[in-house]
Amino acid sequence: MIGLSHYLALSAILFSLGLLGVLVRRSLLVVYMSLELMLNAANLALVAFSRFNQNLDGQVVVFFIITVAAAEVAVGLALIVALFRLRQTTHIEDLNTLNH
Amino acid sequence: MESLFFYLFAALAVVCGILMVANPFSRNPVTSAMFMVLTMISLAGVFVLLHAYFLAAVQILVYAGAVMVLFLFVIMLLNLKEEEKRKPGWVRMGFGLVSAGLFAALLLRSVAAARNAPLETAAATVDGGVKPLGLLLFTEYPLPFEIMSILLLVGMVGVVVLSKKELK
Repeated sequence: MIGLSHYLALSAILFSLGLLGVLVRRSLLVVYMSLELMLNAANLALVAFSRFNQNLDGQVVVFFIITVAAAEVAVGLALIVALFRLRQTTHIEDLNTLNH
Repeated sequence: MESLFFYLFAALAVVCGILMVANPFSRNPVTSAMFMVLTMISLAGVFVLLHAYFLAAVQILVYAGAVMVLFLFVIMLLNLKEEEKRKPGWVRMGFGLVSAGLFAALLLRSVAAARNAPLETAAATVDGGVKPLGLLLFTEYPLPFEIMSILLLVGMVGVVVLSKKELK
């Protein structure tokens, strides 16, 4: 029998995978994809709680999160393109102006 | 039957997630984007198991459709090659693995601690179809819905401004 904790465990694993991607990858775009994965793991936890609480409010929140995520992807990718035009790189170790 | 499909989709999501963030065969961002789409599609399958039919459809439309196209478009536009092999950041890799692993252990530990909560095996009485969700959206949450449309408009204007030839 699949219960709430199975879904929450899957969500936790996916969130940690996203965190791992943010920490170890050096390409700005892949870091961005990992952020999306973390957002989706949170969505999964919300939908699971909504299903086991017999309450649709959680799914409405997920609907809003997906909308915000779509807008965020568009703006973020536009920022990455603008950054690339300025610096000719999307490698995060080259983006260290604040360091010196 | 439900558990079979749950384990199928969960395994698919986790394997594709691993291949997305740490693919041993390819450092190409296009590969990562493709595995991200597979992860999102498996998550849509899990949403169906949770009776969230509308969200499963939206998940596929938005992520496998719009977001993946945007990512691929930008990757092609920037003409990104594989991540260059610079000095391998073993320290960074090790610390990343340790902290992500510890975080996963923390989350899983707390999930396991709540394993016997009364919510655990409640039977589904609500369906996340289009009609119940739409009713809820337009009776209980009209203001957030309108704010969301303004947010999309602002996002659109912002992208146009950011993509102009020279930023002033």
